[in-house]
Amino acid sequence: MRTLAERILAAHSDKRKVNINEFVNVKVDMVLSNDVTAPLAIKEFRRLGVSKVFDPKKVIMVPDHFCPNKDIQSAEQAKLVREFTKEQGINYFEVGRMGIEHVLLPEQGFVLPRQVIVGADSHTCTYGALGAFATGMGSTDVSVAMATGEIWMRVPPTIKFVYHGKLPEWVGGKDLILYTIGDIGVDGALYSVMEFGGEAIDGLPMDGRFTMANMAIEAGAKAGMFKVDDKTEEYVKEHSLQYHPERMEESRSDENTEYSKIIEYDVSKIEPQVAFPHIPSNTRPVSQAGGVELDQVLIGGCTNGRLGDLRMAAKFLQGKQIHSNLRCIILPGSQKVYLDALREGLIEIFIEAEAVVSTPTCGPCLGGHMGVLAAGERCLSTTNRNFVGRMGSPKSEVYLAGPAVAAASAILGRIASPEEVMH
Amino acid sequence: MQLKGKVHKFGADVNTDVIIPARYLNVSEPGELAKHCMEDIDPKFTAKVKFGDVIVATTNFGCGSSREHAPLAIKACGVSCIIAQSFARIFFRNAINIGLPLLEYTESLDVIEDGDILEVDLSTGVIKNITKNKTVMANPYPEFMMDIIDANGLIEYTKHRLQEI
Repeated sequence: MRTLAERILAAHSDKRKVNINEFVNVKVDMVLSNDVTAPLAIKEFRRLGVSKVFDPKKVIMVPDHFCPNKDIQSAEQAKLVREFTKEQGINYFEVGRMGIEHVLLPEQGFVLPRQVIVGADSHTCTYGALGAFATGMGSTDVSVAMATGEIWMRVPPTIKFVYHGKLPEWVGGKDLILYTIGDIGVDGALYSVMEFGGEAIDGLPMDGRFTMANMAIEAGAKAGMFKVDDKTEEYVKEHSLQYHPERMEESRSDENTEYSKIIEYDVSKIEPQVAFPHIPSNTRPVSQAGGVELDQVLIGGCTNGRLGDLRMAAKFLQGKQIHSNLRCIILPGSQKVYLDALREGLIEIFIEAEAVVSTPTCGPCLGGHMGVLAAGERCLSTTNRNFVGRMGSPKSEVYLAGPAVAAASAILGRIASPEEVMH
Repeated sequence: MQLKGKVHKFGADVNTDVIIPARYLNVSEPGELAKHCMEDIDPKFTAKVKFGDVIVATTNFGCGSSREHAPLAIKACGVSCIIAQSFARIFFRNAINIGLPLLEYTESLDVIEDGDILEVDLSTGVIKNITKNKTVMANPYPEFMMDIIDANGLIEYTKHRLQEI
C-alpha cells in the first residue's frame, strides 16, 4: 500500500497515484507565513503581477516572530503584513488575539487530516501530527502558492519509526524526538517523511505528537506524520467545525505500507533527553548531563508551549521557587493556552515561583527578544534548535529538553533530572 | 554558463542560524543581509569574499530554518555558486527559486581546498580545480529543476506559466 504522504499528494495533484521522486504540482489547502517571512513573500507576490491571492480563506499570516514588535524595523515589517492581509481579506491574527503559528493553527481549527499545508516557516511540519501533509518552504515558494493555489513538490519516500512499549515516567514526546534525532543525525531523514507509530505513540497525547512532528525538520525531514486515530478525531472534533468522519477513515490504516526504511525503538530504555550545544543531534540522557549550571530556562514555544506542557512544568514549580542564580521564562503558545493556564491556576504558580510569564511570541527561541543571551550564558529550553548564536550571542549556549527536565532544572539551577526534584 | 572564483570551504551542517542570524531578519534587503553573512561562524567572511567566489561544503548545507534570507545573503555577497555533498531541502528549494546555483558533488571533497581557484560549468556540472589541476563532475539537475533555473528563478518560471493559461 502507498504511504499516507503518497496518497495525500496524489489526491492533491489529481492523480490516481504518484511515484517516489516524481515531481508533481500540488494543490494546497492552506498557505502560511509570519511577520519575518511574509514581507519577502508579499514582495515576490507583487512581482508575479497577480492582484489577488487564489483563495483568501486558504491563506493565513501570523505576527509571531518579532511581535509585539521588538524595534522599528520589525514594526515596519509587521505593518506591511497587516496591510496586505486587509487588502486581500486573508486570515490574520493580531497580537492579543493570536498565538505562535504552530500552536495557533491546529487550535483554531485550520488543520484537518489529509490536507496539504505549506508554510514559510520550517516548523510547519508540526501539523503532520493531525495526519496532514505539512511542510516548510521559503518565501518565494509561498508567494507562488498564494497566487496560484499550487506548488511544485518532489514526492518523498517515508521512513517509519516504531516506538515499542510504554513510556517511562517523565518521558514525553520531546524526549522521543530528541532521542530519535540523536540516533539518526540532523540529516538522518533528509528529503523523507518521518512517520511515527507504535504502542508508545498510540498512548501519546496530542500535545506530545505536535512536539514530535514539530521537530521532524531537525532530522532534515520534509514532513513528520502520524496516522489518524481516536485522539486525532477527538482533537479535530473539539477544534474544528469541519469534522469529516470519512476523511478520518482513509488515514487510519498503515497495514502493508511500503516504507523505505523501518527504525524501531524500545521506549522502556529511553530516559529524558538533553541536546547539548550546538546541534539538536548532540543528545544524551539527562542522567549523563553532568549538572551543567544555567543562567536561563525557557519553558514554552511552538514545540512545548501547549497546555499539557505548562501543566507538566507547574507540577514541578508548584509551591517552589526557581533557583536564585537563574531566570525562567514561561512562553505560552497562544492566548487560549495562556487563558486556560490562568483559569487552572498555573500562571499563579509560575509567578509565585518567580518566573517570567510572556505573551505568546517566538521571541527568545531565535534570539529575537524576550530573553536573548549574553556571551558566556547558558539556557536550557523546550524549543527546537540550538545552533551557534541561536538565542543571542554566538558565545552563548543552548540546551534542548522537554518541560519536565526544564522545570526540574529551573529549580536546581543546573541541568537536572525530573527524579531529583520529584522522588 | 561558466563561473570562476576562489573557494571558501566549510564543513558539515552549515545552518541558517550562522548563515544569517535571526537578529538581522527585521530587514529583507539583500544588500543589508549580505553585511552579516556567515557572521557567527566566520566574522571575516564578508571582508574576504569577492564577486564570483564559490562556497564549498560537506554535508547538509543550509540546514535549519526556512529563511530565504540565507541564500539571499549569500548571493548578495557575490557568491556565484555553492558546491556541497548534500543540501538541506528547504535551502535547496530557496536557492533554486532565487537563482543561486547549487551543485551536488557526493564524492570526497579532499580535491578542493580553501583558497583554490575553481572553474565551474553549470550546464555540464564540470568543476575544474585550476590550483590543483583536477577535474570532477557534479550530479546533474533533474529536468524540472533545470526549467526553473533556465527561467532564472521560480517567479519568472511561474509568470511564463500564468501567461500561457
